[in-house]
Amino acid sequence: MDQKDRLPQILKYYKNPTVARKLTEMIHDIAKKIEEGISIMHVCGSHEWTITHYGIRSLLPDNVEVRAGPGCPVCITPATDIDEAVKLALDGIVVMTYGDMSRSRGSKMSLQDAKALGADVRVVYGVQDAITMAKKEPNKEFLFFAVGMDTTAPATAFEILNGVPNNLSFLVSYRYTPSIQGSVMESNVLGIDAFISAGHSATITGMKPYYEYFLRSRKPIVFSGFEPIDVLLSIYMLLKQIYENKPKMENEYTRSVTWEGNVKAQQVMEKVFDLEDGYVRGVAIFPKAGFRLKDEFRHLDAREKYGLKRGISEESEYVAGARCGEVVMGLIDPPECPLYMKKCTPEDPKGAPMVSQEGTCWIWAHHKIMNVSPRCRR
Amino acid sequence: MMCVAYPGRVIEIRGEFAKVDFGAGTIRDNILISLVDAKIGDYVLVHAGYAIQVVDENEARKMIEMWEEMTKELSEEQKKKDFYEVIGRGE
Repeated sequence: MDQKDRLPQILKYYKNPTVARKLTEMIHDIAKKIEEGISIMHVCGSHEWTITHYGIRSLLPDNVEVRAGPGCPVCITPATDIDEAVKLALDGIVVMTYGDMSRSRGSKMSLQDAKALGADVRVVYGVQDAITMAKKEPNKEFLFFAVGMDTTAPATAFEILNGVPNNLSFLVSYRYTPSIQGSVMESNVLGIDAFISAGHSATITGMKPYYEYFLRSRKPIVFSGFEPIDVLLSIYMLLKQIYENKPKMENEYTRSVTWEGNVKAQQVMEKVFDLEDGYVRGVAIFPKAGFRLKDEFRHLDAREKYGLKRGISEESEYVAGARCGEVVMGLIDPPECPLYMKKCTPEDPKGAPMVSQEGTCWIWAHHKIMNVSPRCRR
Repeated sequence: MMCVAYPGRVIEIRGEFAKVDFGAGTIRDNILISLVDAKIGDYVLVHAGYAIQVVDENEARKMIEMWEEMTKELSEEQKKKDFYEVIGRGE
């Protein structure tokens, strides 16, 4: 094999149709033996993309369903944080954030709307771009609106430890995936039997932080990769655990996820951030799910510097009629929302799940899905 | 997208940064690699401009061996048929 194309060649196999057919047969066999309805939840927008794009739901037996959980960073960023960023942008501070985030509406407008009103809003690819820009124009005040999950947080922590220019502050709205998934595992409200865990988040955190939640809830978890075969295999592994009645924490994404995770990244994160209660937009406050800058970095914290509000918005979280919160938690499918593809489209999104490319609504709209997928249990 | 990470091959290292080849002509030369132990030639998973992990190729290969084993009783014709079904045309 050509040395240069080693991994791409290997990954090609992760889309192999024969393996997919075989795995589908195995899933059907075991689902028939289980008989009762099984709900599986994944908590990553990229998994939703793989599942929808490759039509994996259509391959599954009637008694197995896969639901999209709270795995889209833009969707779970509270309206209050967006409102505060918009306010600062309109006050003349240069606000920098990721493309999807700039288009997501707070209770009144998005950062792009603020830009249309004359504010200086810049889209960046990562925190490094933000630092470069702040260094280039030392006479301006800059704000980096830091959203994302534990996958994104270490880069910001690393740059903060390395030192950032004085005219740059951070509005930290990171969320910690293990805590969010853990809370969902321990609550029985959603009726989820098993979980596909987010592979890239677990690449950083490792499988370890999930263990305490697993011990308490005894629900099967598989850490999964993002190719179609990865997801099919993960579903089979979960069903096998359920059939044998031996719940486990299993790793399918062995090429990237380990028990310990990326220890270097974790150490960097621990030096800069503390965990605090985190609000998931339109849903609930999750314990230990949010990141806060440690006291020694207070001078970089925009919440301290500008005295920003936090938590649940006093105004309405979404536009009237939108059911974004329920879509984010996997309670309903996007077509069950009265605005889906009527008032709310990818071209003119009204809610965050339609803005972000990891949002369930955007993914379903992109694949032109207008009907509701069958559910085994309500 | 935010939690998406793409694998790319490290082709040059300068201090904390590396030049990474993502294939199909996409090369970025400012990927931060301080959070992983990457060597030239390694495949790294890159997320928002920094590498989060070195991909374990042996593990990736082990999976393939398992699937080869799983599908070995299937005939070559069946495999060919599956392939042409996916690409949407006959032989």
